[in-house]
Amino acid sequence: MNNIVILPIVIPFLTGALLVLFPKYVMIQRLLSVLSFLAVMGTAVHLLQQVGGEGIQILNLGGWEAPFGIVLVADTFSLLLVITSCIVALGCLIYSFQSIEWERERFYYYAFIQFLITGVNGSFLTGDIFNLFVFFEVMLLASYVLLSLGGLKKQLRAGIMYVLINIVSSMLFIVAVAYLYAVTGTLNMAHLSVRVAEAGQPDLLTAIALLFLVIFAVKSALLFFYWLPESYSAPPTAISALFAGLLTKVGVYAIFRMFTLIFYHEPGITHSVIAWMAGLTMILGSIGAVAYGNIQKVLAYNIVIAIGFIVIGIAVFQEAALTGAIYYLIHDMVVKTLLFLLGGAMVGLVGTYQLKEMSGMIRNHPYLGWMFFIASFALVGVPPLSGFFGKLLVLQGTLETQFYVLGVIGLLSSLAVLYSTMKIFMNGFWGENQLSKEDEKTSTHGLLLPCTLLICVSLFLGIGVEWVNPYVAAAASDLMNPAVYIEAVLGPA
Amino acid sequence: MKTNNLLLQSVTQVVTFLIFAFSIYLFFAGHNNPGGGFIGGLMTASALLLLYLAFDIQSIKKALAFNYVNIIAIGLIISLATGMVSMFLGGPFLNQYDQYVHVPLFGEVHLTTAVPFDLGIYLVVVAIALVIILAIGEDA
Repeated sequence: MNNIVILPIVIPFLTGALLVLFPKYVMIQRLLSVLSFLAVMGTAVHLLQQVGGEGIQILNLGGWEAPFGIVLVADTFSLLLVITSCIVALGCLIYSFQSIEWERERFYYYAFIQFLITGVNGSFLTGDIFNLFVFFEVMLLASYVLLSLGGLKKQLRAGIMYVLINIVSSMLFIVAVAYLYAVTGTLNMAHLSVRVAEAGQPDLLTAIALLFLVIFAVKSALLFFYWLPESYSAPPTAISALFAGLLTKVGVYAIFRMFTLIFYHEPGITHSVIAWMAGLTMILGSIGAVAYGNIQKVLAYNIVIAIGFIVIGIAVFQEAALTGAIYYLIHDMVVKTLLFLLGGAMVGLVGTYQLKEMSGMIRNHPYLGWMFFIASFALVGVPPLSGFFGKLLVLQGTLETQFYVLGVIGLLSSLAVLYSTMKIFMNGFWGENQLSKEDEKTSTHGLLLPCTLLICVSLFLGIGVEWVNPYVAAAASDLMNPAVYIEAVLGPA
Repeated sequence: MKTNNLLLQSVTQVVTFLIFAFSIYLFFAGHNNPGGGFIGGLMTASALLLLYLAFDIQSIKKALAFNYVNIIAIGLIISLATGMVSMFLGGPFLNQYDQYVHVPLFGEVHLTTAVPFDLGIYLVVVAIALVIILAIGEDA
């Protein structure tokens, strides 16, 4: 029992509730929001040290023992994601100080960001499948509000589609939980794992597993990404960057958890379906990223490609590939947010999303330009930068397990990523300078600080592989051995 | 055109108190009988809503000068604080403490910290229902 495990959920929740009380005092709101994220990050790092020393930390809420009460489980995988999501949220928060209009700021904007992080951290830390659903809803309700806050026409149109698709997938989630409960009679993930292993995952449970796969694929834009490009380009930059960094990644986390902890007995069926979905996602995402000439569309399709690539790790189901996938997941959360923020700054300067209508920005904004350049090289996976190590390990895994086709698609999709981001860089920053300082719509004043923060994290992930890797490898080895998780939650068998 | 609402208004003045009393009963019955914070809160909201229906929004706003959005936040904080108290007392988060207390008129009473938790839920439900209805109702 360790009460610190609840703090990454309680701190943003309490802060959000407090912020509702005084929406007009914007400076205090900003200060409290930043302090809350720093506190969460501190507790998560502290927990990570504890997990390193004493093994997986759990908290039985209300003192009820594991299969009967709700249990929160902090293992290395979830803590790494909690820390990363806090860094991402902090970056978006500081970015929004300058870029969000005061009408939005005064209408509970910061409170809803806190509630979004409550849901995200809760999803990462919970050890109960119904509780996972509840935290998904906490996160989604906050994201509905953030998506439509401001009430622009395109926000409302994208909001309707986003809300509809998520309501349908949440309803399917409930149905799947009901099926699973009817078959196994438990909702605790560790206990589910034991029960499913005892039954040997017969066809019925495999069918339920596929239903879960469809649900989390919709949430994480794996193959079912139709809703993503439009809804991620509707809200202001700070919000869409937050969504790009966090929301789909929570779905990916759920896929990882479900298919390493509970449904790992029939990899011939479930994991090969995942492999097909990953391959198709990368191909379709690459087509989208290459096809469009609109900054936000290109970046949105890059999210889709990355999701396909991360999921290879689970499709291959081998320790090296899983390590690589976790490493790439963490890197992608940071870098995708960074790219959205930089893209948003470019769009703000020119006042248009179309690549054709911008050029030569490097003259007035060299720092912005080179940051975009480094970020896109990190995304592609050029060696000293952060994307390289993850991609290398994933590819090593595909080769060792003879998933050659997936490996080749992964490599080719990297080319598509490179082409699409360089298209933005070359169109936007090279060429004739069309805009003088006076013609620019907004300034980049204050926007580059959070981007610098995120790029430092990305560089650290790339150059400091030696420091980060032990944690990532520990997370992957825990995922490959569900017995560790089960023993931490249910006690020695 | 102003219609004469005398009948509706007189009945409302009596019935509102009945509904309110019943909602409080449901709120406290929750531990051993059907009821609890959610249904109690909805019923209180319906009592207040009846007032808004029978009279106009402005005069009820003058009579019940609450900022319902703040009540949502206060309810959340009460529930969360109830959960956090046990953290400072050395127990796990959301631990429940209970005690039998002899209260004069009522005799032996079973008091638990589940009640303040439910009170938070009650406040959130009442306030959310009214915020939704009033926000839609006031939209000219």
